[in-house]
Amino acid sequence: MPVLTIVFAALFYVATVVLLAFTAYKIWGYAKTPAPLKIPTTPAPTTRLGVVFRMVKELTVFESLFKSSKWTWLFGWMFHFGLLLVLLRHLRYFTDPVWAWVVFLQPFGKYAAFMMLAGLAGLWARRILVDRVRYISAPSDHLMLLLLIAIGVTGALMTFVDHTDIVSLKAFILGLMVFNWSPMPNDLVLIVHLSLVILLMIIFPFSKLLHAPGVFFSPTRNQVDNPREKRHVADWANRLESS
Amino acid sequence: MAAPEFETPKIDEYPVIPRLQEGVMSHSRPFVAKADFQEKLGFPGELVDNWKEVAIEKMGELTGKYRSLQVFLDSCVKCGACTDKCHYYLGTSDPKNMPVARQDLFRKVYRRYHTLSGRLFPKLVGAEDLTEEVLDDWYSYFHQCSQCRRCSVYCPYGIDTAEISMAAREVMDAVGKGQKYCNEIIGKVHVIGNNLGLPEPALADTLEGLEEDVEEETGVAVRFPLDVEGAEVLLITPSADFFAEPHIDGLIGYAKVFHQAGISWTLSSYASEAANFGMFIGSYENMQKLAMRIRQAAIDLGVKRIVFGECGHAWRVAYSFLNTLAGPFDFLDPDYPVPQHVCEVTHGLIQEGKLVLDPSQNDDMVVTYHDSCNVARASRMGDRPGGQFEIPREIIKAVCNNYVDMPGYAIKEGTYCCGGGGGLLTDDLIELRVKGALPRMEALKNVVDDYGVTHMAAICAICKSQFSKVFPYYDFDMDQIVSLHQLVSNAIVLQPGDDNQACQEEGQAEAA
Repeated sequence: MPVLTIVFAALFYVATVVLLAFTAYKIWGYAKTPAPLKIPTTPAPTTRLGVVFRMVKELTVFESLFKSSKWTWLFGWMFHFGLLLVLLRHLRYFTDPVWAWVVFLQPFGKYAAFMMLAGLAGLWARRILVDRVRYISAPSDHLMLLLLIAIGVTGALMTFVDHTDIVSLKAFILGLMVFNWSPMPNDLVLIVHLSLVILLMIIFPFSKLLHAPGVFFSPTRNQVDNPREKRHVADWANRLESS
Repeated sequence: MAAPEFETPKIDEYPVIPRLQEGVMSHSRPFVAKADFQEKLGFPGELVDNWKEVAIEKMGELTGKYRSLQVFLDSCVKCGACTDKCHYYLGTSDPKNMPVARQDLFRKVYRRYHTLSGRLFPKLVGAEDLTEEVLDDWYSYFHQCSQCRRCSVYCPYGIDTAEISMAAREVMDAVGKGQKYCNEIIGKVHVIGNNLGLPEPALADTLEGLEEDVEEETGVAVRFPLDVEGAEVLLITPSADFFAEPHIDGLIGYAKVFHQAGISWTLSSYASEAANFGMFIGSYENMQKLAMRIRQAAIDLGVKRIVFGECGHAWRVAYSFLNTLAGPFDFLDPDYPVPQHVCEVTHGLIQEGKLVLDPSQNDDMVVTYHDSCNVARASRMGDRPGGQFEIPREIIKAVCNNYVDMPGYAIKEGTYCCGGGGGLLTDDLIELRVKGALPRMEALKNVVDDYGVTHMAAICAICKSQFSKVFPYYDFDMDQIVSLHQLVSNAIVLQPGDDNQACQEEGQAEAA
């Protein structure tokens, strides 16, 4: 087995474990931490179903962001929706036979890379050009964009310019999933692409990328506005009361 | 007081997002609470020696107690959507008044001590040690947040800077660096029952005086009952309603409404304060202790309903938290929500035709309405979302012939804070208050110029006090701010002979 394959197989396992374990740990933390008071940003839905609608709007069309900044919304939405299509397209490397809807998505997913990159470029331009956004940016905020852009560019290079040995790559990935390893193609662009993806997976649970699970737990968005109808008491507040 | 050494911002024709001017408000900070006031609330009297350890530990405790805090600290992606949304940023240009930058004062310390990335790579992720300078910054800038929640409307993750400010103030109290204004007031309520420290005899005297004034003016004996057992309604209202203009005219309005509707009501000398400053300092314990006075008063007086007067943050605590803090209220009449806003009561009575109103009595005014931040974004009225916008407007339109709304970006869920909310309504912060009022002043100027608006109505004691104070800085008159129930009071047609026991069924006579 080539060294390259061993190294990347090991890295992928480590990255996957880190991503899943630490993200799960954070989610568990959010879930077990009480929200002792009703703090939905009002006007808020008065029913559970209404809250589901509110969350769906936040997640699919970024409703609040749309209210606040049209440019950030546009670039942010282009990036996220592009990324979604690109990720779904990548399912073809994890499934055999490839699901029909993934096949259908291929052309969209391929060109979505440009939408994603354009969105990222726009977001980065804002971060550099708008004095307010520049002020609040830490080095990691710039590097995160750089990382995502590098992943996108190397991916697009392989799709549109210099194809990698996609058959071997798929064999490598399928092998990883069943612990029956095949060699990984020795291709510089691919190595860079996968290295950066592994880095992203490892960073995820320790960075602002936690906004992805976090948004589901935001009390200002996910609480039902019914404090008068239904008494809401957290555990620690209950203990305070009985002491 | 010495004359303020600052310039009142200029009102532009339309809102302008200012360029950053770093540090221009770093000098703005309220007086620190004295030891005896701190200790009364269970906080250390002065900065403790090991304050860093205490602060860091307290931060950990709070992120374990409040999901909001933990999620908000982790989730911010620094997208910048909130950066131009805070009235204090718009009015001061100080970048640390951008919501995200204000949060970052807290977040950078949280990252340094409570996250892996901040422990390993502080520079990279913008984490910072907790130092005296950082604590000073906290004290300055977490007292430049009025907890108005405007940023939370526009944040894609609903991050509410108010939650961070409350946590930061709680940490500062825990290390012995509390704010004088809030902590003194909370102490007064714990002992006397209201923010003013107005004891029962003084309160009784004030109310008696009001009865005389109203009878003299209207010829009708409208009562202002205090500590009356067995009344139907316990009215909890901000203590400003007992003495200051225009608040007191609002109180007269409530009394006239109850009088004409034939609802028996009472104030309580034990719970003579609607405002709950425990929220401002993020202290659940203090907030609960204050809320329990209201429960106790309701039980002692044997009332059937609790109604809150015009007060913004108070209505947030009442509407959103009271049931949690001091419930369940199963001993009250289940036909009414607990608590009710006085606007809900008045609105309901208008709908039922139980009030005789003559809106022409307000014809000397063209009125606009200031949505108080905490009513707008942290509570509700009525049974539908957005009732907190519709109900006050419908009341005004019923009692007033000339009503105009301010521009859409400055009202309803996008409303700007008056500039004095969240425990900042103190003279040691006057520069901040004047500058923070800028966006509201712009919106008001807009309708004054275009529609001849003469008065702005509000339903919050803080808003009313704040506008009375800052209007003159912007060339408005201080009496251009009115209580919503002052308008009701003007329009309500009382019938002589209806004394004490009003019965309205037959009282539909048209006013002249």
